[in-house]
Amino acid sequence: MKAEILDKLQTLAESAKYDVSCASSGTTRKNTPGGIGSTSGWGICHSFTEDGRCVSLLKIMLTNYCIYDCAYCINRRSNDLKRATFAVDELVELTIEFYRRNYIEGLFLSSGVINTPDYTMERMVRVIKELRTVHKFNGYIHMKSIPGASQQLVHEAGLYADRLSVNIEIPTEQNLKMLAPEKDHESVYKPMLYIQQGVLESTEERQKHRSAPRFAPAGQSTQMIIGATDETDKQILFTSAALYNRPSMKRVYYSGYIPVNSYDSRLPVVKQAPLVRENRLYQADWLLRFYEFKVDEIVDDKNPDLDLEIDPKLAWALRHPEHFPVDVNKADYSMILRIPGIGVKSAKLIIMSRRYARLKSVDLKKMGIVMKKAQYFITCNELAVQNVSESSPEYVRKVLTEKKLPKGAPDPNQLMLIFD
Amino acid sequence: MIIFHYDKTLEGLLTAVFDAYNRKTFPDKLLGLNQPEPLFVEESYIVLTQEDKSARVWKGLEQTLEPNSLNMITYVWLSELPGSDELIFRYIRKAFDSKKSIETNYADDDVLQMQKLAQKVNKEKHRLIEFVRFQKAADDIFFAPVSPDHNALPLTLEHFKDRFADQKWVIYDTKRNYGFYYDMKNITEMTLDSTDLFPKGKLDENLMAEDEKLYQDLWKGYFKSMTIKERINPKLHRQHLPKRYWKYLTEKQ
Repeated sequence: MKAEILDKLQTLAESAKYDVSCASSGTTRKNTPGGIGSTSGWGICHSFTEDGRCVSLLKIMLTNYCIYDCAYCINRRSNDLKRATFAVDELVELTIEFYRRNYIEGLFLSSGVINTPDYTMERMVRVIKELRTVHKFNGYIHMKSIPGASQQLVHEAGLYADRLSVNIEIPTEQNLKMLAPEKDHESVYKPMLYIQQGVLESTEERQKHRSAPRFAPAGQSTQMIIGATDETDKQILFTSAALYNRPSMKRVYYSGYIPVNSYDSRLPVVKQAPLVRENRLYQADWLLRFYEFKVDEIVDDKNPDLDLEIDPKLAWALRHPEHFPVDVNKADYSMILRIPGIGVKSAKLIIMSRRYARLKSVDLKKMGIVMKKAQYFITCNELAVQNVSESSPEYVRKVLTEKKLPKGAPDPNQLMLIFD
Repeated sequence: MIIFHYDKTLEGLLTAVFDAYNRKTFPDKLLGLNQPEPLFVEESYIVLTQEDKSARVWKGLEQTLEPNSLNMITYVWLSELPGSDELIFRYIRKAFDSKKSIETNYADDDVLQMQKLAQKVNKEKHRLIEFVRFQKAADDIFFAPVSPDHNALPLTLEHFKDRFADQKWVIYDTKRNYGFYYDMKNITEMTLDSTDLFPKGKLDENLMAEDEKLYQDLWKGYFKSMTIKERINPKLHRQHLPKRYWKYLTEKQ
């Protein structure tokens, strides 16, 4: 029994780990009498794996058998891989026992497709239904909706799950069809639409009577694989921006392509996952969601790919020196947000504190502003350095990207003594 | 230099504020009751903690400050860092003396410092909420040892009470040698006579519930499988999961 469960758990965790999302935020749930658990609203990480990713939910597959043969997926049917399937009650018990020990915030359930999408989806719904109704589980539940599943099942899932998600996987349909001939974008966008409808209907119902059931209160998310196909960052970010325009879409995740099936000739040969590019995409995503940037300010036809050397906010500032320097004592919030080296938190601190007295660069430094970057873009009437419009964007870029020498290393500009 | 001696409790500190306004002399330094004084003391005063005085100061603060800033005082007190009491004293004084609210003036050193320390303690609170690991004992009590840098355990009780309402639990601060026991109704503070029950942070195997070892192994196995080897990044790992917490983390044993 013991060895068997451990084996299953490891097999199915291995199969599920490439999914990026592990958020447990976006909704609150109080404990109910006789029930177990609560959901806090701000998301809690309970551990971090050695690759530095947060472990918040028990991220697991119901089964890793699959009828599809998608080139990018480790669980494709042509892979010779250890397969396993959880029974519904096994998974329910595991979730509850892990939860009671404060290992996890809840469950992230995903699955390979067996028989038909509906058949698979129905078994997944049974797991989360049992958790919510039989065990009165109030922890967080994120469920993957299977592409091609019926509206009725998506709707039932939304009654028990906090968040639903459908992965786009490949940003353009043409490339998706190349790597996963059995799939198309319609099968992804349809369930997305079902979820959106469910969320909107439930919100409207709940305005009329508060007892109306909640539907996926934490909305939906999706994921794209980066670097497996030839899309530019512009194509990727425009897709994200369009998705964020939909009312229930909370997060788009980017997953740097890891060559899990390197034998497949449709896939590029890469040595290392494109981690820097992935990071830049997340930074751009942040600019869209929290910094009031429009997508065509970040990437356009002239700059279809993000600069890997500098972050997208700095890149924007260097392309637009005419907006700088910004006077931190006068400029409005949205302009302060655009200064490289100032984040959302420090922008708010600046707005609050400058009511009392003029802020000087010492004050800014103490508040946690990265002056190394910000000094070229601000003015508070006392700075000695030349700002970006007095010098040039090229100069600022050069200074900011210069590599730091390791401690104790000789300065390469220093002449060497030739006698030894 | 004016010195106040007090009993190093929050009530004592608030009483000191009361006495200072009463005497119209304000301390340059706060010391414990038996702490030696520096040279050249101009005046030395011993504060006798009195509940009615501290309550009046607290009430005054409630009228002056936003609830958030009031919380900040508690948090900074729980930081237990040297000098945090003097910081609170200066902050309270500024709050009382200023005609305008000082609470969002982050260009003021003390206000910014208060906010930074409170944030530190808040971080510790969240880390406790994240990294507490319960081990189920044979008598069905879930037991978790912790040793936070700041005394943040009391701040987490509401969270754990709401979340684990239907199980008995103990969370024990091994560094300060006290803890809290929840019996599915109330939370009571407790002190253990000996800490032999959990050598090296683990519950003795004889005291464990039958299936406890199984779930610990399952969790460890799961944790190992989740790592993507192509992306291993030990620096990031330690940044999110500082080494000082590893002692009590099941998956890092």
